[in-house]
Amino acid sequence: MGVLAHYLERAGVATTQISLIRLHTEKIRPPRALWVPFQLGRPLGDPEDPAFQTRVLRSALALLERTDGPVLEIFPDDAPSSAATAADAWVCPIGLPAGAHDPDPEAALLDEIAAIQPWYELARERHGRTTVGASGMDIAEVAIRLNGLLDPQGAGSFEEAGESRKQLHHLVGDLRAYYTEAATAQPGRTGLTPSSREIENWFWEETEAAQMLLRLRDRLSDSADPELAFFGRLLTVPFSHQHLAPAGS
Amino acid sequence: MATAENVDPKLWQILQKMKTPDFEPTTPLSGPALSKRRVAIVTTAAIQRAGERPFSAHASDYRVIPRDAADSLTIGHISVNFDRSGFQRDYNVVFPIDRLEELAQRGEIGSVADYHYAFLGSSNPLKMEAAAGQVAGLLKQDRVDAVLLTPV
Repeated sequence: MGVLAHYLERAGVATTQISLIRLHTEKIRPPRALWVPFQLGRPLGDPEDPAFQTRVLRSALALLERTDGPVLEIFPDDAPSSAATAADAWVCPIGLPAGAHDPDPEAALLDEIAAIQPWYELARERHGRTTVGASGMDIAEVAIRLNGLLDPQGAGSFEEAGESRKQLHHLVGDLRAYYTEAATAQPGRTGLTPSSREIENWFWEETEAAQMLLRLRDRLSDSADPELAFFGRLLTVPFSHQHLAPAGS
Repeated sequence: MATAENVDPKLWQILQKMKTPDFEPTTPLSGPALSKRRVAIVTTAAIQRAGERPFSAHASDYRVIPRDAADSLTIGHISVNFDRSGFQRDYNVVFPIDRLEELAQRGEIGSVADYHYAFLGSSNPLKMEAAAGQVAGLLKQDRVDAVLLTPV
């Protein structure tokens, strides 16, 4: 991020940046940066809070008037959602099928995807958009392709597939986006919009899709193919949930 | 919150060990008052329009985002360690195009650029120099004189 600021500014375009990782910004020293104390993935703060987003934006843009850089300013406030109380824990309103009893993991996964679909459609309607679609595949095909990697022969075909294995992260991205968008379709029983942590915990602890990704991590982490091993180790399961093991292992 | 206390400890270890390139300070450019500036967003969130050629792992190229394309954006980033639910609910959390349009309507900035740009932030940034030079040229053609950079 900061490196791009150097390149653009040196090419004649003034920059100001929002920084989430102050540690790196202090080392790279871009011309102008505003460090914000928000979680990774949310440089402007909270979703659906235009007033707060505008405050952050104004603070970042104001730095453009400075020519005494490198400037690193600190945004003083946490995002309002970080103060939300955990007293009324969110309960995901989506009822999942009892997939664990299905002996065929692919069938269990497709059942779950079908059960979630009405919630996903509701979310899509409510937000007027969807972020599912980076892979260009239908969500069932995404699930089948990922699940197919668990089969040694299926993974073998990917190992020969050249460019397509450089796109595996889009399958994981689309699958997780489908589930998390569905989870935010409407508030849970308590009327709360779930926090990012609540959504993540629901996904990783309760879904068949997460079980498949945990198995995929275990299957590919030891692959002799460095690209597949990298994908397995780092691009399937976040550090926050790496301690989980798939059921029955 | 991206501090040692709030990032997962394993991720924090990686962030701490990550090599950052050494750069001599770049002299900040002076320019017109903010109310006269034309502003573009450049993000390393690897956002891209659905159906577009997806970002490859380690990509050092970029995607163009027209100002009216926010509803079609997906995330092509490889990392699984940042929150995506904020962007899913409201793209302005990463790509604050509506907020910029509002500032332009109020006269706080001059105008909003027609085109914005996305890179994949987990790739080696030193390999982005040529692409960044191209983007700088495109921004200047669009008369942009202020860039807001956003990470994830």
